[in-house]
Amino acid sequence: MLLIVGCGKMGHEILAATLRSKRHLQEPWWVRWSLIVFTVAVMTVLIVIPVICVFVNAFADGPRTYWDRIINDQETLDSIRVTLTVAPIAVIMNIIFGVSAAWLIARFKFPGRSWLIALIDLPFAVSPVVVGLMLILLFGRRGFLGPWLIEHDLKIVFAIPGMILATAFVTLPFVVRELIPVMEALGSDEEVAAVSLGANAWQLFWRVTLPNIKWGLLYGIILCNARAMGEYGAVYVVSGRIPNETDTMPIRIEKLFQNYDMPGAFAVASILTLLALVTLGVKVILERRARREMELAKQMRETGTPV
Amino acid sequence: MSIALRNLGKRFGNFVALDNINLEIPTGELVALLGPSGSGKTTLLRIISGLETPDEGDVLYFGEDVTDQSARARNVGFVFQHYALFRHMTVFENVAFGLRVRRRKKDEIKKKVLELLKLVRLDSLEGRLPAQLSGGQRQRVALARALAIEPKVLLLDEPFGALDAKVRQELRQWLRRLHDEIHVTSVFVTHDQEEAFEVADRIVVMNQGKVEQIGSPQEIFEKPASQFVFDFLGNVNVFEGHISRGQASVGSFSVDYPHYTEDQTRPAMLYVRPHEFDIDKSSNGTSSFRAVVVRAHPVGSLARVRLVSLDFETPFDAEIHIERFMELSLKAGDTVYVAPKRVRVFTAESNVPDYSI
Repeated sequence: MLLIVGCGKMGHEILAATLRSKRHLQEPWWVRWSLIVFTVAVMTVLIVIPVICVFVNAFADGPRTYWDRIINDQETLDSIRVTLTVAPIAVIMNIIFGVSAAWLIARFKFPGRSWLIALIDLPFAVSPVVVGLMLILLFGRRGFLGPWLIEHDLKIVFAIPGMILATAFVTLPFVVRELIPVMEALGSDEEVAAVSLGANAWQLFWRVTLPNIKWGLLYGIILCNARAMGEYGAVYVVSGRIPNETDTMPIRIEKLFQNYDMPGAFAVASILTLLALVTLGVKVILERRARREMELAKQMRETGTPV
Repeated sequence: MSIALRNLGKRFGNFVALDNINLEIPTGELVALLGPSGSGKTTLLRIISGLETPDEGDVLYFGEDVTDQSARARNVGFVFQHYALFRHMTVFENVAFGLRVRRRKKDEIKKKVLELLKLVRLDSLEGRLPAQLSGGQRQRVALARALAIEPKVLLLDEPFGALDAKVRQELRQWLRRLHDEIHVTSVFVTHDQEEAFEVADRIVVMNQGKVEQIGSPQEIFEKPASQFVFDFLGNVNVFEGHISRGQASVGSFSVDYPHYTEDQTRPAMLYVRPHEFDIDKSSNGTSSFRAVVVRAHPVGSLARVRLVSLDFETPFDAEIHIERFMELSLKAGDTVYVAPKRVRVFTAESNVPDYSI
């Protein structure tokens, strides 16, 4: 007992000494303040002002005109429809892929595992335009699979399927990246317990694994969706930019802009920006929950008790 | 016999986790697998459950070979070291899980779960989440969950390992009583000998992937089968001595040792438990030796005496009855004669005790 008290006292002394020395380790006030000012200035110029500009320009002629530009423009309406078709399907594809790949990577050791992890990040590294070109080389008329597709009357390039593929490719890492650390922290204890209680793989996934990863998964989905709706480069190449058919919102904005229809371009842009802001808000909430989920998982596994 | 293991072997790379294990566990018994970490006890438990597959050998349940059956098919209840409760489910849902995946009727599930929660004395906490429970409560939920599927066998991996001392004490007495009530064949893994001795009907002592000894707690304590078991049980005095001409001796003290009658002297270890000493103020020949009391204090009905022998200078511990302690009025510095009532001799060649008086 005495020994413990002794240690505690010593601990306090060390802590106090550390705090005192910390003051000497800190940068002088003017360094700290200039760093803060610099960061805030950059953020303002690069992010805050442009975002405000989008909304100011969109509503420059009043809310009624703003509304008219969106609702009475068939091409704009169609571009919204196309985006709302392509993005969700690409997201669903990545949910299925993401959950299976994360499970595989977090639960099993197999040859080529680290290669697979590296490969999953590839879409982040490759330029979206290159992704679009790859798809044309594969599925285009003169592409590798082109003749076979024409024979079977299937249209991928310059149509919705190609755009979905391009979007899914570009957004592929989001869900997996988010799930791997959560599943690794979670460990397989609960899953083994479920198996010992007689659950089959299907029951195991829906009743045990999914509820445990739901916040991490939702977070991945939100990020994936935001990126999918905003994707421009890859979709630009494979869509063929057919008005009313394969124009997505970002492509529509570009077209309006090229036609010097600034208010129209800003109106559509404001919708995309608004979606981004909403995503950001949801992201902050989900991120907090996902992190809690992970920390709790770690504690429960290591000690069997929470804090 | 409800569980039989035949020639089980398991390797992890070059590490031999289990080496030719043969074991039979009678129906309704509570058996402890006792051993230090790395002795293969948890691997053995996982093989019995079907969560791990052996490289060689067979697992039989009630005479039926289940070696190739999955854990799901074997219908065993497994209690994990860190409980592995489903953290997003309430206590009720945790216990109900095994029944839900078996698609039992709702009212049947409810009845069974409430009955089990009553059995583990958690009936008021059915709506709580695992994070809202104490360690001991969680352990009981894990047990109820394992019992819900009416397992043929109940397996527990270090069931009290993560709990603090007081709760551990309570829970193991409770587990013993529970087992007496429901009589399901149970195997639990522990590295705590006290736990094994207090709870189990039968103890399997394991070391380096092998079974060192199987027996009732009394048998293991009275007749440790090997030097390892002796050392592992602890609380024993070891004297470095030698054997020759039918005698095992250390210093001036010697006992008969008829297994070795040759003239050549060979080293040997003499093991004596603290309660196996008589202490007296006068000598009774070569069967006792002289020692000085270093410290002496009463502990309940016993007195613990720390001594150092005078001619071979080995410190050792003895326990004597409190009445005897009072009678001798022992205090530090006293010179006494110590007579071991029972000595076990181990030689380098044989790991098995050769002799005892």
